[in-house]
Amino acid sequence: MLEKVLWLWLTPLATAIILLFLGKRLPRRGDWLAVMGLGLSLTLSLSFLLELFQTHTFEWREQMAWLSLSGLSISFGWLIDPITILMLCVVTTVSFLVHLYSTEYLKGDPNYARYFAYLSFFTFSMLGLVLVDNLLWLYIFWELVGLASYLLIGFWFEKKSASDAAKKAFLTTRIGDMGFFIGIMLIFYKTGGLLTYDDIFKFVAQGQFTGEFLGIPILTLAGILLFLGAMGKSAQFPLHVWLPDAMEGPTPVSALIHAATMVAAGVYMVTRLYVLFTPEAQLFIAYIGAFTAFFAATMALTHTDIKKVLAYSTISQLGYMMMGLGVGAYVAGFLHLVTHAAFKACLFLCSGSVIHATHTQDMREMGGLKSKMPITFWTMLIATLSISGIPFFSGFVSKDLLLAGCLSFVMEHPEHLLLALFAFITAGMTAFYMFRLLCMTFLMPAKNLKVIDHAHESPWAMTLPLCLLSGLSFAIFFTGSLDGAGLLQVFGSWHDWFNEVILNPAPLDEAHGNAHGPAMALSLILATGGILLSYLFYLKKPELPQRLAQNTQAIYQTLIHLYWIDELYQKIIIQPLLKLNTFLADRDNRWIDQKLVDGWKPLTTQTSKGSGHFDNIVIDETLVDGSAVVVSTSAIQLRKIQTGKVQQYVLMAIGAFCILLIAVYFL
Amino acid sequence: MLYEHLLSFMIFTPVVGMLIVALLPSSQKNWVRWSSLLFTFLPLCLSGILFLNFDQALADMQFVEKTSWIPTFNIHYAVGVDGLSITLILLTTLLSFLCVIASWGIEAGLKGYFSMFLLLEAGMLGIFCAFDFFLFYIFWELMLLPMYFLIGIWGGPRKEYAAIKFFLYTLFGSVLMLVVMLAFYFYSDPHTFDLIELSKAGILKFNALDIFGISLSAEQFAKLLFIFLFIGFAIKVPIFPFHTWLPLAHVEAPTPISVILAGILLKMGAYGLLRISYPILPHETYWFSDALAVLGLVNIIYGALCAMAQITLPEAKGGNDLKKLIAYSSISHMGYVLLGMSVFTVEGIHGAVFQMFNHGTTTAMLFLLVGVIYDRVHHRKIDGFGGLGNVVPIYTAFVSLAFFASLGLPGLSSFISEILVFLGSFKVYPSLTIVATLGIILNAAFFLWALQKIFLGPLNPTYKSLKDISARELLTLAPLAILVIVLGVYPMPALDLMKSSLDHLLTLFQAL
Amino acid sequence: MAVGLSHFLMVSGLLFVLGIISMISRRNMIGVLLGIELIMNAAGLNFIAFSRYIAQDLSGHIFTLFILIIAASEAVVALAIVLRIYQNRATISVEAVGEMKC
Repeated sequence: MLEKVLWLWLTPLATAIILLFLGKRLPRRGDWLAVMGLGLSLTLSLSFLLELFQTHTFEWREQMAWLSLSGLSISFGWLIDPITILMLCVVTTVSFLVHLYSTEYLKGDPNYARYFAYLSFFTFSMLGLVLVDNLLWLYIFWELVGLASYLLIGFWFEKKSASDAAKKAFLTTRIGDMGFFIGIMLIFYKTGGLLTYDDIFKFVAQGQFTGEFLGIPILTLAGILLFLGAMGKSAQFPLHVWLPDAMEGPTPVSALIHAATMVAAGVYMVTRLYVLFTPEAQLFIAYIGAFTAFFAATMALTHTDIKKVLAYSTISQLGYMMMGLGVGAYVAGFLHLVTHAAFKACLFLCSGSVIHATHTQDMREMGGLKSKMPITFWTMLIATLSISGIPFFSGFVSKDLLLAGCLSFVMEHPEHLLLALFAFITAGMTAFYMFRLLCMTFLMPAKNLKVIDHAHESPWAMTLPLCLLSGLSFAIFFTGSLDGAGLLQVFGSWHDWFNEVILNPAPLDEAHGNAHGPAMALSLILATGGILLSYLFYLKKPELPQRLAQNTQAIYQTLIHLYWIDELYQKIIIQPLLKLNTFLADRDNRWIDQKLVDGWKPLTTQTSKGSGHFDNIVIDETLVDGSAVVVSTSAIQLRKIQTGKVQQYVLMAIGAFCILLIAVYFL
Repeated sequence: MLYEHLLSFMIFTPVVGMLIVALLPSSQKNWVRWSSLLFTFLPLCLSGILFLNFDQALADMQFVEKTSWIPTFNIHYAVGVDGLSITLILLTTLLSFLCVIASWGIEAGLKGYFSMFLLLEAGMLGIFCAFDFFLFYIFWELMLLPMYFLIGIWGGPRKEYAAIKFFLYTLFGSVLMLVVMLAFYFYSDPHTFDLIELSKAGILKFNALDIFGISLSAEQFAKLLFIFLFIGFAIKVPIFPFHTWLPLAHVEAPTPISVILAGILLKMGAYGLLRISYPILPHETYWFSDALAVLGLVNIIYGALCAMAQITLPEAKGGNDLKKLIAYSSISHMGYVLLGMSVFTVEGIHGAVFQMFNHGTTTAMLFLLVGVIYDRVHHRKIDGFGGLGNVVPIYTAFVSLAFFASLGLPGLSSFISEILVFLGSFKVYPSLTIVATLGIILNAAFFLWALQKIFLGPLNPTYKSLKDISARELLTLAPLAILVIVLGVYPMPALDLMKSSLDHLLTLFQAL
Repeated sequence: MAVGLSHFLMVSGLLFVLGIISMISRRNMIGVLLGIELIMNAAGLNFIAFSRYIAQDLSGHIFTLFILIIAASEAVVALAIVLRIYQNRATISVEAVGEMKC
């Protein structure tokens, strides 16, 4: 077993090292090595999954001593349970397909071998993050995936924007990581040196984790601090600013790191450490998640850059997962992580395929690609249907559970109605902006013929991953049946393990009873509404949005078109919504990004400048050099006696001796 | 014979080398280089033997040689190693060897340079081995002299100023140390300079006394002595506000000497505190520990801010110098050492000593790397490059590794020591530690910013045909890079060495 | 009149004063050297005198032997330096060789 795990985990590292040092000398620059290495990892992960399906329970752990001082020992350990196996499969599947895809996408890049080395290194770190059983090692791999993300965002570093984005991503997430780290220290301190998950859970379950800080229970505080790390990595408000910028990296990277795996690490972490989050901390998570989901979705409505729309959509979906975890529907939240990984990776890779063909990311330049790139279109349609939450697609299963959990939570605690509001509005917006993207890219008439003319379907290495991922966007892969029972059964075994240590069992079953029906109905209505709306905006009346946004002429024209109800919607809902969107997107950029985040820059630079000056002028030149001046001026006076003539010195000495003699005699 | 006198052989081999180098004809430059290499390689081998035969389970001094030297004043030639000093000895021999390789390109005054360098190595090794205060003091001064010449003769444009500043700063500290040394001698019964004897309870008895009309109780006198000793060592660490010699000396010194300065000399201050102040004046150290922690915090934040100012300040205002950035970052990193030392927890003190070692390897790499680029383009302006990443990929990889190691990336050695320091200090000063973690972000910010300015972005066409690092430069960097990675993944080889001695040291503070 | 301690001391004092005068006033390096020799001999004479009249042992004599040896070696080194200076500069005036003072 250990051997299997090591092969699974270390193969990507080995390929990364080989490619880094020898990549340029290998045939085809060694891309086959990376793909094959990932293939091995994928096979092993799938074998674990098969075993899990057969046994319905899986638990394997192994520890080895790593750091031991007197009174302190930190071990390195692996923990494999159903949740780990699912993550392993998600990571290796997406990573394998992205590796395959990249062999075409990055063809001819001067740093081709290095790209694959980074990609494999990322996979290794991500697998490590999933496999470890202890907080410190979680943090270590947490940072290492951040490093891989930095390297890959800045892969085309000769573009200034790319290097800026890489730096911004690393630093923004590090702010969250600082909270994470303080949380770890707090737990380490309070538990008397425990870092392994199981030990901490036991400690908490025994109710030993007590104490208050400023009126907040320490455990809640620790939970919120840990969640700060997740907020950074999973791009939750207000630390989400880095993710849209991170789209400067190559598109397959965005698919792997910034859609499917690394950004989901925050969700994984919260799920894994669920026991540590008290109801208060969970509420915090729920609100942050719900708000992020809503907030990011509004921003996605207006962007015309195909990758940025997807990036905002990713933030929004991550917010969804967080909200699910916060309201107690952790199974739903985690399930959404899995389904989202497949369809969002598919969407990103489709957008990559489009970008590869058209050499632009601006959706206003595209349109009419459906006939040119049929495979890309159909796979993207499937993924879009899935993310919009249409029945028979995977997104429906997970989103439905999430919304039901949210609704049942709100039904129990009516004072938190806002959560449900955010969640359901986001569902509608998701459908809208995703279909808007699809329409603008493929369905609208071609706008820029120069761009469209030489567009063609991508080669098999790119379309195969698209087909596989879109296949995984069908619900049947996750449910085994259409009602979602299959996967939940797998979750069931994990659920029991969970219940042993959990403090506050989630109202999951209740959620099904009371809230499932209304939630499903509501979400379906909203999703369909969004799709119809986008259909209307971008296919039926393609001139509508621009006019609407530009002048009141648009309103007049729609009035002529007699769509009274639609126009009413536009007037009272969509137009303010659009305005709100632009306002929010603009404020997001101008206030949060430029003021709230970048605003620290002048403060820091000024302080550092000031302290630099202080150091130079007050301490160094005044205090230190001042003492030298005192010494040197007195020395200049005294040196006048020092003529360098020894004979004079002797004369002086004798003179002094005589004076002394006389003085002694007379006194 | 070899095992009994291993330490003496190690300390004095460079002295023999110095004499031989001085006697070689100055026209035979390669002879001078190769013999210097040999006489730094021999101590490296001897320290290797030392490492292999070192008993990790013992807390006391090993390989002890103690012979009477000046019997009238009970002064001994006493050398030995324990867990505290062995890592630093290994670091010293390794860095000295690598620095000789890095000095290969020096042409002017070669003979003088290498003989001074060998004398410097002897002085440094002597400091880490001596456990007689008098001998310690002698070596402390012995090390000062060649350093003065190495900066003052082979340095940059303001070398004289820098050398004198360095010399005076350190001398000021040594004078205070001398006072303390004499006080220890006269107030111990029987009079002794032996640090081991002095640390035993009941040997040292202070009386109340009057100095300059101020009457001090015995406790106050001991505290005064601690402060004297502290200032002496604080200058070497350096601790704010005694740090201004450091950026200047680093900037002006030639590359290999910057490496020695940052890699080893900075450690002497912290080593001195742990070797002398901690065991001999435990009560006073404990009394002072709050201040030590605050100073550590100030070092971390202040150093990082000043380092960042190097990017924002224009050259005319004394900024924009890569070497200065690294020098300030050293101040920040030594802050972690202080913070770890100040808390008397297992994690803290191991983190501090391990951080000393790791800072030695990472800053050595950083300075060697700055030297590499300086040799090629003859400037160190952070703004003066741009987009070098694709021109010199191997160099970029090494710089990135060193930068990421310095900013405490997991998987690299500094991370382990920083995390140990933080875990240890959080137990005692939680809020202070939380503020100190800001240092992590600030460090990341300026290192990444500098990395971007130099290597990323559009290529500066001036450096289109810059040469990547040569085999010789690779030879100096690779061992350090390997150490940084290996100890980052598995730190126990280093921690095992220091464990017993540091646990023993901590027992002194458990009752307090 | 018996020769006592005070006579020896007077002679040695005379020698010392003469030596000092010669050392201070001469411009000629050899003269200065001669003055130094006189001073040393005065000291030696003192040693022997005290040793003979006060301590009544041989330690003073031994010291004087030391002084003689040191004076001789010193004279050798000094004369060698003077010779070298003369060869290089064709002068042995102390005024003429002041390059090393700052």
